[in-house]
Amino acid sequence: MKRARVAYAGALHDATPHRNAEGAPRLRLADGRVVDEDAVVWLPPFEPGTVIALGLNYADHAKELAFNAQQEPLVFLKGPGTLIGHRGQTRRPADATFMHYECELAVVIGKPAKRVKRADAMAHVAGYTVANDYAIRDYLENWYRPNLRVKNRDGATALGPWLVDAADVGAPPALDLRTRVNGVVTQQGNTRDLVFDIPFLIEYLSGFMTLGPGDVILTGTPEGVVDVKPGDEVVCEIDGIGRLVNTIVDDAVFGRG
Amino acid sequence: MPLSAVPFDAAPYRFSGNVYGTLLNDRAALDALGASVHEAPYKAPPRSVVLYIKPRNTLAGPGDAVTVPADAPELEVGASVGLVIGRTACRLSEAEALDHLAGFVIVADVGVPHQSYYRPQVRFKARDGFCPIGPRVVAPTAVGDIGRLGIRVFVDGRLAQQASTAGWIRPAARLLADVTDFMTLQPGDVLMTGVPHGAPRVRAGQTVAIEVDGLGRLENRFVAEAKVTA
Repeated sequence: MKRARVAYAGALHDATPHRNAEGAPRLRLADGRVVDEDAVVWLPPFEPGTVIALGLNYADHAKELAFNAQQEPLVFLKGPGTLIGHRGQTRRPADATFMHYECELAVVIGKPAKRVKRADAMAHVAGYTVANDYAIRDYLENWYRPNLRVKNRDGATALGPWLVDAADVGAPPALDLRTRVNGVVTQQGNTRDLVFDIPFLIEYLSGFMTLGPGDVILTGTPEGVVDVKPGDEVVCEIDGIGRLVNTIVDDAVFGRG
Repeated sequence: MPLSAVPFDAAPYRFSGNVYGTLLNDRAALDALGASVHEAPYKAPPRSVVLYIKPRNTLAGPGDAVTVPADAPELEVGASVGLVIGRTACRLSEAEALDHLAGFVIVADVGVPHQSYYRPQVRFKARDGFCPIGPRVVAPTAVGDIGRLGIRVFVDGRLAQQASTAGWIRPAARLLADVTDFMTLQPGDVLMTGVPHGAPRVRAGQTVAIEVDGLGRLENRFVAEAKVTA
């Protein structure tokens, strides 16, 4: 089962995938209405709690950024204002010279987790979605890396389109993921290559912080991050989970500059 | 006492649960780092505002016990004044910034002491119960000049730290302007204005009280972590 949260005709709705008589994709709202996918505003597919993100959790990406192997996950947190849904827009500030996407498997917690052992960890997962965790490297400073100005900008973390039930995905998931910029594949990987895998992360995190339903773990990104410019269409895709579309826009859209 | 019971007499009348901390906003704390700010791993002093997040599992109310983890002999308690957002705060100018506040509240920013500001582990700051808030949200009109409030921290009744909000590198209005340039703050969010240099360290069995002029007194006791049975 997969579900989306969308805004349509003045209200928020749960929605599921639907095919019309010709087999074209549509959305079926919980109240029975069937609507076009571009007739709705897509929101993150669950109500997010704490947003936990991993840095350098694929060996190849760590190498790309010249980091050595780690003993402990590099965890950082994000606030709710950075989250947007499928088909959203993300701003590239005029002074940025290197802004990149990060395609990530997002793990959504379904029931409270406190001091959960690895063997029991997957039972706390509600499902998965796709994340695109943008960074603007120009703003990186060596204080509490990565600082929120790099990683917690308004509208710079896309989630969606679907929350896919954990039961429909292997445990732990071994899924190909890729990013396309304007149709060209720029990033590829497989979630089996996580340095710290999902059961480890749930055991580690729940060892010091109680995880609650709606908390989400963005598990990191593989190599292949490239600079994106206003007008670029960035599509992050994970097989079996979804295809998350985002468009880069410039300052003028926000009345800046 | 749960956080939801903290009196909050101005709109939006309750906390959102989003609490942000400001790193090194006390001039004395930055000065204490001396020339090291120019050396590896920092290579330069902070240019823009540096924030961190106290996630929802850290939130606690006045009187709540704070658990000292078994692997940390002592904790540090940063005594902070939190700005409580009253109206959506996005791209504020300094001149209008303070008009967006519902009030001020004391925040105890509890952490496991750590030397490096480079990439400290989240577990130092984000343990359950590491962010007591209270005893109430006080309207700006009742406080006077937010840049001149005395802060006192007592450990087991003895004065352990005396500080003031006058030492802030970014005063409240400037801080709000810099933060809301890239991240919108929502009604009920709390932005800590920084912690004074020399935060007291406490052990299990001790009680900490933070007093801020006009904001009251936030008191929490620290208890040892219960043994985990396998």
